[in-house]
Amino acid sequence: MHTFILRRLGAVVPVLLAVSVLVFLMSHLTPGDPATIMLGENASAADVVRLRHELGLDRPLAVQYGRYIAGVIRGDLGRSIRSGRPVALEIWDRFPPTLQLTLAAMAIAAVAGVLLGALAATSRTAAADAFLMSTSLLGISMPSFWLGLLLILLFGLVLHWFPIAGGGDWRALVLPAVTLGAQATAVLARLTRASLLEVLPSDFVRTARAKGVAGTRVLFRHALRNALIPVVTVMGLQFGALLGGAVIVESVFARSGLGRFAVAAVQSRDFPVIQGIVLFAAAVYALVNLSVDVAYLALDPRITYDQ
Amino acid sequence: MTRRATGRLRRIRPGLWAGLVLSSLFIAVALAAPWIAPHDPVTPVIEAVLQPPSQIHPFGTDELGRDVLSRVIYGSRLSLEVGVVAVGIAATIGTAGGLAAGFYGGTWDAAVMRATDVLLAFPGILLAIAIVATLGPNLANVIIAVGIGAIPVYTRTVRGSTLSVRRMEYVEAARAAGATTGRLMMRHVLRNIAAPIVILATLGVGVNILIAAGLSYVGLGAQPPTPEWGAMLSGARQYLRDAWWTAVFPGLAITVTVVGMNLLGDGLRDLLDPRLRL
Repeated sequence: MHTFILRRLGAVVPVLLAVSVLVFLMSHLTPGDPATIMLGENASAADVVRLRHELGLDRPLAVQYGRYIAGVIRGDLGRSIRSGRPVALEIWDRFPPTLQLTLAAMAIAAVAGVLLGALAATSRTAAADAFLMSTSLLGISMPSFWLGLLLILLFGLVLHWFPIAGGGDWRALVLPAVTLGAQATAVLARLTRASLLEVLPSDFVRTARAKGVAGTRVLFRHALRNALIPVVTVMGLQFGALLGGAVIVESVFARSGLGRFAVAAVQSRDFPVIQGIVLFAAAVYALVNLSVDVAYLALDPRITYDQ
Repeated sequence: MTRRATGRLRRIRPGLWAGLVLSSLFIAVALAAPWIAPHDPVTPVIEAVLQPPSQIHPFGTDELGRDVLSRVIYGSRLSLEVGVVAVGIAATIGTAGGLAAGFYGGTWDAAVMRATDVLLAFPGILLAIAIVATLGPNLANVIIAVGIGAIPVYTRTVRGSTLSVRRMEYVEAARAAGATTGRLMMRHVLRNIAAPIVILATLGVGVNILIAAGLSYVGLGAQPPTPEWGAMLSGARQYLRDAWWTAVFPGLAITVTVVGMNLLGDGLRDLLDPRLRL
């Protein structure tokens, strides 16, 4: 188990290093000189030269990357051009609301997706299955920002059940989390259904039924537990989609968070901030996927990684 | 035809048909936009600001008095362009990479798959955002960004299919008959793994339209006054209370279009390659 985790970590590190090279190159691949972009069109030539020197842009690329990655390892992601504050602090301040939103959406998607998928797979009538599957098709095809606007219109402006923007207590989290989680719910519902339909006809399910285990118990303890293995993989991947989707949902609901911060940074060409957010998100995503692999061990006793 | 086969055909038919109809409609509207749009999609009309749906403006007008129906019709052109070009970029590069990885193996395989791993390490749309940040926020760069982000799906699928086809007897036979490597790859391998690529491309059009519209919504893609569906919704947010129509119709257009492409892709998958799990 420990060797497995170490081995997986060993595979993650080179990928993250490659990501860091790409992220580092971002500000160099952009058309135009970063120092000129940061200072604006009207900056004097002397100012540009000074900033280039301050940023180390007059050194060889490899030296610049070496300094960059050494800083990253120490937790130094540079300073925001707009606010002048360290990027790491800026990210740290804005990560909690984004994490909260992503986890809430993941929880909704996991519970609702698995339940709807199980319901569709076990529904006695073709109409019920068709209805659930059409709903999930709609969930996959609907843009999150439109769903968000419709929810704001209905539950915020017409019914006044939930606040329509900003942060605050749990009520402010409901609409954004539903909006962000809708697509993942649909994906997981489809997958759970397909996976259950494969598992339900197998011998061990029939045996459980034959020995008199109650219907729901067969479903949840015997069939679903086996059907969930591919679902858990996709949950890991969906977490990445949710983390990225927060960019849009935070904008729809005017919530503060990393996503909205990223959009503002792109618009103001605040490269250290964009670079920091992308690198941070990739690291979080890698850790989540690693945890998913470890979670397999608990779900499927047949898998032993140590062999 | 066996009873089981007719049963399967009957089951897949409605979805595939609906998908065909919706996507043909989408393409037809996009191509015919200049002739079927009742009003100018861009020029502001001060005296017609935020009018509710009526006979003259079936979808109402927006905050600058422009006809929402005409803007939705013109928006289909941009979405079609986004979908097709981004899929073209992703499918071409992804297929070439996957084919090379699966066919040559060894160093090629390792290099292509590690590059794919790096692309997959960016969560969700953050890769697209990083690319847009580098190239600059506009619709053309969004298309490139979305296309690059979609490459790994093709690489992985094509590599897998190539690996299973490469050792087949007819490929060996063609090789023994003296076919060149290029001919083997294009004629014997690629043709036989075309089905999953076609399915991925069809489903990809819908996904890419969604991502690109999302980037335009947050202001990183199409800029005003371009009649792009995501950008239109972005403008509609602040008038939601008084002018629901500005938010409802562009979103409906995206949803119907993507539902159509997804139905088409799912239908094609059931028809061409039922074992493919996407």
